[in-house]
Amino acid sequence: MLTYTIRRLVLSVPTLLFIALVIFLLLELAPGDPMAQVPLTVPPEVKAQMREALGLGEPIHIRFWKWLVQFFWIEPQVLIDHVFGTSFSDGKLRVISWQHRSPVMDVVVERLPQTLWVVGTAYVVGVLIALPIGIYSAYRQYSVFDQAGTFVTMVGYSMPPFFTGPLVIFIFSVQLGWFPFIYDTTHRVTDWDSFIVQIKQMIMPVMVLALQTTAQISRYMRAAMLDNLGQDYVRTARAKGLSEGVVVMVHVLRNSMIPVVTVIALGMPAIFGGAIITEQVFSVNGIGAQLIGAIKANDLPTVQTLTFIFAVLIVAANLLADVLYGLLDPRIRYD
Amino acid sequence: MHKNLGMAAASAVWILASTAQAERSADGQVNVIYWQAPSIMNPYLSGGTKDLEAASLVVEPLARYDETGAIVPWLVDDVPTVENGGVADDLTSITWVLSEGLMWSDGSPVTSEDVKFSWEYCTADGGGCAQVEKYGGITGIETPDERTVVVNFDGPKPFPYTAFVGAQSPILQKAQFMNCLGAKAPECTQENFYPIGTGPFVVDDFRTNDVVLLSANPNYRDPSKPAFASLLLKGGGGAEAAGRAVLETSEFDYAWNLQLAPDVLAGMEAAGNGKVVSTFGTLVERIMINLTDPSAEHGARRATVDHPHPVLTDKAVRQALSMAIDRALLVEIGYGDAGRVTCNVLPAPEIYASTANDACKAQDIAGANALLDAAGWIDSDGNGVRDKNGVELRLLFQTSTNAVRQDFQAVIKQWWSQIGVQTELRNIDASVFFGGDPGSPDTFQKFYADVEMYANNFDGTDPEAYMANWHCNQIPSPENQWQGNNMPRFCSDAYNALVSQMQRTGELEERAALAKAMNDMLMQDFVILPLVDRGRVSAHANTLGGVRLNIWDSELWNAADWYRKDTN
Repeated sequence: MLTYTIRRLVLSVPTLLFIALVIFLLLELAPGDPMAQVPLTVPPEVKAQMREALGLGEPIHIRFWKWLVQFFWIEPQVLIDHVFGTSFSDGKLRVISWQHRSPVMDVVVERLPQTLWVVGTAYVVGVLIALPIGIYSAYRQYSVFDQAGTFVTMVGYSMPPFFTGPLVIFIFSVQLGWFPFIYDTTHRVTDWDSFIVQIKQMIMPVMVLALQTTAQISRYMRAAMLDNLGQDYVRTARAKGLSEGVVVMVHVLRNSMIPVVTVIALGMPAIFGGAIITEQVFSVNGIGAQLIGAIKANDLPTVQTLTFIFAVLIVAANLLADVLYGLLDPRIRYD
Repeated sequence: MHKNLGMAAASAVWILASTAQAERSADGQVNVIYWQAPSIMNPYLSGGTKDLEAASLVVEPLARYDETGAIVPWLVDDVPTVENGGVADDLTSITWVLSEGLMWSDGSPVTSEDVKFSWEYCTADGGGCAQVEKYGGITGIETPDERTVVVNFDGPKPFPYTAFVGAQSPILQKAQFMNCLGAKAPECTQENFYPIGTGPFVVDDFRTNDVVLLSANPNYRDPSKPAFASLLLKGGGGAEAAGRAVLETSEFDYAWNLQLAPDVLAGMEAAGNGKVVSTFGTLVERIMINLTDPSAEHGARRATVDHPHPVLTDKAVRQALSMAIDRALLVEIGYGDAGRVTCNVLPAPEIYASTANDACKAQDIAGANALLDAAGWIDSDGNGVRDKNGVELRLLFQTSTNAVRQDFQAVIKQWWSQIGVQTELRNIDASVFFGGDPGSPDTFQKFYADVEMYANNFDGTDPEAYMANWHCNQIPSPENQWQGNNMPRFCSDAYNALVSQMQRTGELEERAALAKAMNDMLMQDFVILPLVDRGRVSAHANTLGGVRLNIWDSELWNAADWYRKDTN
């Protein structure tokens, strides 16, 4: 198991390097100009000087090499300095955004909390609701509950957040006035009252995002349970006189979780990726909003760094899912 | 009974206290929402309006424009003029004298050295300063004493109010930025996010592209201002969410630049929580006509003066295209209260606005048809498109991708089809269209199309540089890497003469006459078809007092005067 994990980790290095190169080249070849948002009243010569100051004049391979060094060599030093109070990174040039001229990683760190709060909570809530719905729908297939569940999940699955977002804003903010719809990122949870404020401002984005997760995961859970409920070992378990609860919740569920765990694990990088549309609708300004803002502004260092971090997370989540298989299913061994 | 009486007395006291307003930080927090979030607080490193306006709460220029476009003294007692001796008689220098007792928010005095440093900062090599044009023509700055700044120009400068005037060229503190010159400028993250200024507020917390938290400047020059203890500037979302947050849910007090459909905005205002305010500046949505042939057969020389346009060099065609447009309808579908019909490419300030071209306000399809008939453009083969000497009136019409612009394209295409002109439409992503990449065929400078539509304006109130855009030497071409602002490739000796005459003229009335003459020449030659004079629309809560919407400077220019109003 350990050697397998190590082998996979080593193999992921060339994969990630290749991904980094592809992202860089794609961004490089795509049309666009970081100065496009500068008003037309700024003359072209000035814009040319500003481009020069961003380092755009250098050849492409030099810029790629610089980014690699900054991302893999200097940024880890910054992290080490931060944790241990050392000063390895002093005076070294970090990955700097073209938009705000400050280190990209600082902004990522600044924005992770609200993304994890909102998108992470939504994922957990979504999964917690989805699993029981999926299990019960499968156990009572074609019952009223199953039909209703199927209907609701299909509706949830097919309604995009740019529709459900404004809809809940209209109902709960404009009409009822219960919740604020502009997320306050400066809010600090210090006591019970401020915790309630935090819950209030999270409810709507979490609701919108959890609807999507619930719809997806409960369908997977239901299908996996149905596959297993008809198996011979279930009949054997019942014949042994085990109670229905033990049959379903221990025997069937554990076997059904294997594909569902993969889906849940592969969905995890998306939490860090944030939710581009939902973050925009509720002004959460997390990682997703940062990415879309950087794309709009042609801020290549930020887009490159963020997409690469997502690539790393996806590769890691794949590995995690594979390792979890081994833990869940004794038949699977990687030796 | 007694309880009620007590409450009435208490509220009376409270009302008295709140109407007095003569106390700094008495009114709590004001929440401002900018749907484009500020990314940096240093206006020299960003040309973006959102960044300029956020920064204007903290760093200030020597003088700025008020809401009428007049220059008002800000960190000085008087605006220097020739009359008061502040501007040299030969117009080659201007002398600013700082107000007495000015202090930075950290308590240190503001000196003439800081002013001089701001010029050095922006003009340093390798800094990529976005506002370097404001400092054009300055040969040196002298600081004879702590409060006096003498700016010397390389020649007579009839309009010397570019450097240190308006939100684009504020004064930075030398002590803070002295190690951030040139190539080091972008690396000074701490300085660029937390500049020390003279403005009413100080940055407490800056989160790029998200939120800025500011508090009242303890050393602000007016001891009774600002009325608010703190200001929260939130960014992100869209214009619609921003409008809703102020007008419908009252979560915010002020929303910036609400580019929304007129009916949407009216619906929000109907909730009764706030007011929509608008004002007009110099931003004109216009159609540029290409006088050169963009046809691909000319290879590298396409859209250059080597190849005149086969159709659009005929003035009758250009005039007919203009006459066929119903500008009032365009305003109605695209901008509502935020737009008005204009027949000038230079619509403001008042003294520069010409009235000679007002005929364009009414649509005249019949007149346009008659004009084309008379010019010999007739539909000889009966396919619905006019032609002459075997050339058909087919045009490629390009613009940037934008819902309003695409609506405009569609209706204009319809009108032009009624005068026998067939139009093909094209839209290009704004970041490419306005990107100015000489390698891209799709930029508005290259203009590989017959007509194109976009909006442009100028900073401040002086149109000299703006009107010089249509000088022959501003024509984009391969020789100048397609840089230049003369999109129609208009070239006239008479126009060039007016441009150089304006550069030599100091007297305001004469300058106005020259600018009008230039505007009329462009309009009456129909090389630019102005469509809509676009205003700025913002909204504020009914409880926010003191807002004077300003399009000539930062919208937040008078945030020091804002206060909490009692609406009962």
